Amino acid sequence: MEAPIAILVGFFFGGGIYLMLSNSLIRILIGLVILSNGVNLLIFVSGRIFREVPPIIPEGALVPDGVTANPLPQALILTAIVISFSLFAFILVLVFRAYQAIGSDKTPELKVAEPLGGPVPPEGY
Amino acid sequence: MAMPGTVDLARALVLAPTPLADYLVIAPVMVTVLAGAVLVMLRNFPRLQPLIAIAAMAALVANNALLLARVAVSGPITMTMGRWLPPFGISFSADVLGATFALAASVVALAVAVYAMRDVPEGLRRYGFYPCLTLMMTGVCGAFLTGDIFNLYVWFEVLLIASFGLIVLGNSREQLDGAIRYAILNLLATTLFLVAIGYLYGVAGTLNMADLVDRIRGLGEAAPINTIAALFILAFAMKAAAFPLHFWLPASYHTPAISAAALFAGLLTKVGVYALLRVLVMLMPAQRAVFGDVILWVAIVTMIGAGLGAIAQSDLRRMLGYFVISGIGAMLAGIALGSQLGLAGAAFYAVHSMIVSAALYLGAGVAGRIGGSFDLRETGGLYAVAPALAAIVLVLVLAVGGLPPFSGFWPKVLITEAALQAGRWWLAAAVLLSGFLTTIAGGRAFGMAFWRGGAAGTPDGAEALPRPLPAAEMLGLTLPVAFLAALAILIGLFPDPLMSLTDGAALGLLDPAAYIRSVFGGGP
Amino acid sequence: MRTIIFRTIAPYLTALMVLFSIFVLLRGHNAPGGGFIGGLIAASAIAIYGIACGVTAVRHALVFTPTAISGFGLFLSAASGLPSLLLGVPFLTGLWWTPHVFGAEIPVATPVVFDIGVYFVVVGAISAIALTLEEKER
Repeated sequence: MEAPIAILVGFFFGGGIYLMLSNSLIRILIGLVILSNGVNLLIFVSGRIFREVPPIIPEGALVPDGVTANPLPQALILTAIVISFSLFAFILVLVFRAYQAIGSDKTPELKVAEPLGGPVPPEGY
Repeated sequence: MAMPGTVDLARALVLAPTPLADYLVIAPVMVTVLAGAVLVMLRNFPRLQPLIAIAAMAALVANNALLLARVAVSGPITMTMGRWLPPFGISFSADVLGATFALAASVVALAVAVYAMRDVPEGLRRYGFYPCLTLMMTGVCGAFLTGDIFNLYVWFEVLLIASFGLIVLGNSREQLDGAIRYAILNLLATTLFLVAIGYLYGVAGTLNMADLVDRIRGLGEAAPINTIAALFILAFAMKAAAFPLHFWLPASYHTPAISAAALFAGLLTKVGVYALLRVLVMLMPAQRAVFGDVILWVAIVTMIGAGLGAIAQSDLRRMLGYFVISGIGAMLAGIALGSQLGLAGAAFYAVHSMIVSAALYLGAGVAGRIGGSFDLRETGGLYAVAPALAAIVLVLVLAVGGLPPFSGFWPKVLITEAALQAGRWWLAAAVLLSGFLTTIAGGRAFGMAFWRGGAAGTPDGAEALPRPLPAAEMLGLTLPVAFLAALAILIGLFPDPLMSLTDGAALGLLDPAAYIRSVFGGGP
Repeated sequence: MRTIIFRTIAPYLTALMVLFSIFVLLRGHNAPGGGFIGGLIAASAIAIYGIACGVTAVRHALVFTPTAISGFGLFLSAASGLPSLLLGVPFLTGLWWTPHVFGAEIPVATPVVFDIGVYFVVVGAISAIALTLEEKER
């Protein structure tokens, strides 16, 4: 079960990185989202996949008997989803505001903080 | 003693009360979260906000000082959340390294909070300067004190999102532009960090750092641990702004309000260095040795390149950004050497850099406020207007250049000595050369902004002097800078306490037995 | 988007969704659900109300600013760890108290308080972002 999902993770990474190489901010953002979803899937595969055995400890025992599904990855992924969701929402607002203020979402035109052809630094006292 | 890696179930049934002192580990996070939440609720009371934030930061400093005192005397302490057993629950573990960094960070945050009372106008406070500052400290302290690598990622994100709030404060076009670079590249770095964590979890099956130490050593050559280490290095180097990945820092750090920039310069890159120390040196010593030479060259190029970059700047704040990067190079050199001396030098340098970079930004803020510009060609004559500020900034410039008797001298001595011990004389030469370049850039900036009589084109000693600020404002702005500069002098004159602390921190990284014992229990 | 049907139905829809979100929040203790998903449902309810009746009406109806709501939630979540300080157990240990009210057992626990805090954080933060985006559209 791991191998197909591992290949899928590869597709996610490839797609995300391809989109991030674009010079349009909105594509970079979509690339980031795809990348972070790929990472979530990666964590899921890292925890190994077993089916249909809930990790419940029987009454009176201290450890579950036999192999059960790994309960940790879903907690990790949920945390990662929540975090990347909030960061993505923030960056979306940020890019939108920048688009309104600067009038472009193309990275070559975003040169406000570092203007091209700035003055030469002072050479002497 | 329970063998690390196996779980001693009997310990789960022990209901001994947790000693009150153990709460010192979690208190930094608790205090800042609670204060941050209150500040968010009191958004419409901009006069009340600085008082609450300063009180919280003072409490944080006191708490971290107590924590450091306790950790230095009786070894690392650990608390595992929710009474879970260590490898499963999220542990908070403070050792000397984490506690020292947390104390230095909280001192810097306190100074910035006091400075911002005068620097950040009430209109901007409504947008949430103080809540973001307090919540950013939650992330910083959490990152320094956590004992769980996934939790480290969470704190990275917490401080990242709070820093987003700080960097766009004011909403000018430049800030939005700088913030986009900062946000996307840092988000990418943390995503890489998460990728590395995912692989590490897949290979080692645990996320608790104390548990990971032995697991990784037991994995042997077959596991792709070198690849994972390379990913960690990439992610943290991006966070710390090391050479090929440094470009986001000078592109964004000059845009936010100067208080926010000081906080960023002081703390954020150092969190990356801390993570590198913790993960690479403590968890993966064999991989650190494998990648030692790569880090060494990155360190050299970072130091020299940033020194040259600083000379090439005409904006005071951008020049300071390159100073921060140059310091990162020196810390990386210590990490690359990997000896106790080198690591102690890196930790010492990080503490020095937190204090001095933040102070330099704050000092530059006062200078820019008096002179009306951060452009070196347009400022001048500040010595005549503000001699006390000039003296303070001169101390800071000399400290960042690594001249005795200031705080920057000792870590450079440690790292140079470690390089010579390892037979890497060219690394020692690079450290000294970077100090030389930094001194040139800093000296030139000081000469232009403070020493000469007026802005370029005006006659020297001229009538066109900038006007001094009102006395109360000047005092409120200068006092925090003076406090940090005094710390830099104190550390320079009496380096022994800090040196023994960083030495202990380096020893704790190289031999984490005490750290592991504090997590898993067992004999003292 | 602002048809008369939508504008008429939106307040009822919002009320229903908020009610459902509280159900999901409380259900989440031992079954699928919880603060995060409940908060998302409530935030989308607020967003729908904003689309239908305008951002000003939403801000008026919320009484408190969305960020203040999320601050309250953050405070509640962090404070839910404090009782463990008094009882000498590690931070965030789940503590239970089951009073009998009119013969019925009502379990009150710190994890529930934590979850309610998460609910408010999510409601506040997401609706703040949604309202900002909706505001900018016109």
